[in-house]
Order: sequence, then C-alpha cells, then structure tokens
Amino acid sequence: MTQEQLLQMIADKEERAYTHMYNMYSKSLFAVISNMIKDRDEAEDVLQETFVKIWKNIASYNESKGRFYTWILNVARNTAIDKMRSKGFNNSRKNLSSDNFVHLLEDGSRMNSRIDAIGLREFVKKLKPKCIEIINLLFFQGYTQQEASDELGIPLGTVKTQNRNCINDLRTYLQV
Amino acid sequence: MDVNEYIESGILELYVYGLLTEQENLEISKLAQENEVIATEILSIEKAVLQLSSSFSPFLSAENFEKIKAKLELKHGKVIPIQRKSGSSALIGWAASLLFLLGAGYFYFNWKQTSEQLIVTGNDKTKLEETVVDLEIRNKSTETALDVVRDENNTVVALAGQAVAPQSSAKVYWNKQSNTVYVDATGLPEPPEGKVYQVWALKLTPLTPTSIGLLEGFQNNGSRFFSVENAAGAEAFGITLEPAGGSKSPTLEQLYTLGKV
Repeated sequence: MTQEQLLQMIADKEERAYTHMYNMYSKSLFAVISNMIKDRDEAEDVLQETFVKIWKNIASYNESKGRFYTWILNVARNTAIDKMRSKGFNNSRKNLSSDNFVHLLEDGSRMNSRIDAIGLREFVKKLKPKCIEIINLLFFQGYTQQEASDELGIPLGTVKTQNRNCINDLRTYLQV
Repeated sequence: MDVNEYIESGILELYVYGLLTEQENLEISKLAQENEVIATEILSIEKAVLQLSSSFSPFLSAENFEKIKAKLELKHGKVIPIQRKSGSSALIGWAASLLFLLGAGYFYFNWKQTSEQLIVTGNDKTKLEETVVDLEIRNKSTETALDVVRDENNTVVALAGQAVAPQSSAKVYWNKQSNTVYVDATGLPEPPEGKVYQVWALKLTPLTPTSIGLLEGFQNNGSRFFSVENAAGAEAFGITLEPAGGSKSPTLEQLYTLGKV
C-alpha cells in the first residue's frame, strides 16, 4: 500500500486503515515514546493518545509538509513531551533520561521482535558510539541540529553529515 | 543543483526525522515530486529508521491494539441491508458464520502455539549451545588426560593403599623429558570437608618428603586427573590427607597411598 492509499483510507476512517497503520508504525512509535518515558503504563497511554490525535487531525496533514511517517513521529514525540510536562517536568529536554535507545534492548524478555533484535543487537555493537548518540538525539528525541551540536560538542556543520554517515552504515546493514 | 551533493549533505535524513522548518519541508517535498532519485532516497532513509526503531520497541500486547481501536471512530465497512428471502438461507448464513468462527479460532490457536513453540525452540537452542560448549571443554580435558597417559616417555608409578585406607590407590605419570607430573586420583575416596589430599615426592635415604601439590577442587574434577609440580630426583610418591591448605610436612598417620618409582 502506498502512503497515498493509506491516507485516503484513514480519511475515510476505515477500520483496515487503522489495522494497517498500527501494524506498520506502532512499534516504531512505541520505541520512540518508551525511549523518552520509562514508565510502561504511561508510555502505553502516550501511544494511545498519539493514535487518537493522528486519527482526529488527519485533515490537517498534507504531503507538502513532509512524509506521513515524519508527521506521526512528531505527534508521538510531542505527546510524550506534553506527558512529561504534565507530570511536573518543566524542561522536558533536561529531564530526559541520559540513556539512549540501546537501553531498550537490555530487557530482552520485553522485546517485540526478538529475531530482528538479535541481528540488530550485533549490529548496534558494531555501530560507533558516536552514531548511537547522534541517532538517539536527532531521531529518537527530536533534538535540533543546534541542540545536538551543543550536547555532543561537535561543530554545527558536521551534525548533518555525521548523521548521514551513520544512517548509511545502518542502510548497508539493512540493505535498504 | 547537484543532486548527489544535495543528498550527501544529510538534509534528507533531517527531513525524515522531522527536524526542518516548514519552508524547508515544502522545498524538499517539491523536489521529491520532480526528482526520482531524491524521492527514492527519502523512502530508503524512512525504511531504515522505521526498521531500526521498530526493532527496539518493547513488547506491545494485543490489548493495546484493541484499546486504541475502541477510542477511534471507525467505520466497520458499509452496511448493506439484507432482504430475508427464506429461512433456509438464513440458516446457511448462521452455519457459515459458525464454521468461520470455528476456523478462525482454530487458526488463532495454531498460530499462538506456533509462536510459543518458536520461543521455546529458541531457548532450547541456547541451552543446547551451552551444552555443546560445556562438552567441548570436557572433551579437551579428557584429551589432555589421554595425551599424558599415552606419552611413551612416562614413568608410571602405581601407588598402593596404606594402613589408613587399604582400598585406595593412585597413579603418578611422571614425564622426565617434559618434567611434568600428573596424578590420576580415581582410586581415592572423596576427601572429607575441610581436608585436602597432598602429594609428596620422596627421597628415600635419608627420607625427605617434598610437597609437589594439592589435589584441590577434587569434587569438581570429573576426571580426577590433576597436574602437580615437577618432582626432580623423586624416588617414591605418597599422598596424605591434610587440613585444607596443606601441611609443611606429611601427616604420616593419614598416608593414603605410597609407591616407589
């Protein structure tokens, strides 16, 4: 199914659009949310809220704004940040855990896709620590280039290219 | 614009991550419509991060799927009014749906079992691998023992049971060329708690015992095969039972086995 077909189905509020969307994106969104929110129940709440928001606001999305995945990714991150604020963290960024997404692997019994994860675990071991950090900040936590440059202590101009190199390593491994 | 240079700048990754301004997003989505290479690149980046993040997701129970579904306003397909023609077609309908339900239940059950089986099989595999490693280690130690026993340069000294334990025995393999000494202690009873066997090299005139080692970890050494220190000039070997840690000189009342070279 292309993105266009899926969007049409969501706009029509078709049940199978939801099923498709859930199968395709829920794990990715839940990983991003869980990386920001440690408490499992709260992370599940945020995932639910995210889906409800996507469903309600689908009319406000159009493709000139970016990819659909990008849009829902932002909805998930923002919903997670709102949740943290409501829990009394005024500056959500500063209160984010210092862990990166790799910690999600530590509790193996909770993994969704054990088999994928075994291969990825090996791969992530090979991935440079700098790459894990940079992907964690930019992709998982939605840091701007400037924020990532400050956090990592690398020049603003190299944030983009370093991230590109890291994603290229990942793509070589995944063959995409 | 050089498309390659543009792609290599890394801006498309940030586009997929959702980190650009509205203006930049507009530009790139326009570019993607005009340029196939850029459009494909964007799709590949999206695939990569989607797969990466999905693989890091903690377990999501089926309950979540249902909970969310209940909160969305969903159409369950179009409702088509059915004209009832006769009782029999309704009956067939009910029968068909019953069959379908049974079938669905059956497949669900099968699927569930298969996925549980998969996890069990995975665990079994890990256990088997551990066993294999374990066996390899044991095999290695057995091979070492065999090599020692088979070596033609060995002087084999049989130690016979003494007054305190007439049934016990032991063998010393003394390789004078490589200057190594091994003790086969299969003929000795397990030492009592807090005690340890000590091996002595003896010179007979005058009688001078030299400790050449303890048989430590006796219970855990399945092959009861121990390497001890070199015994240059030994004329006999003896094994005594000593307090844990060993003694400076042998406790002769606890002499278990003795043998002359």
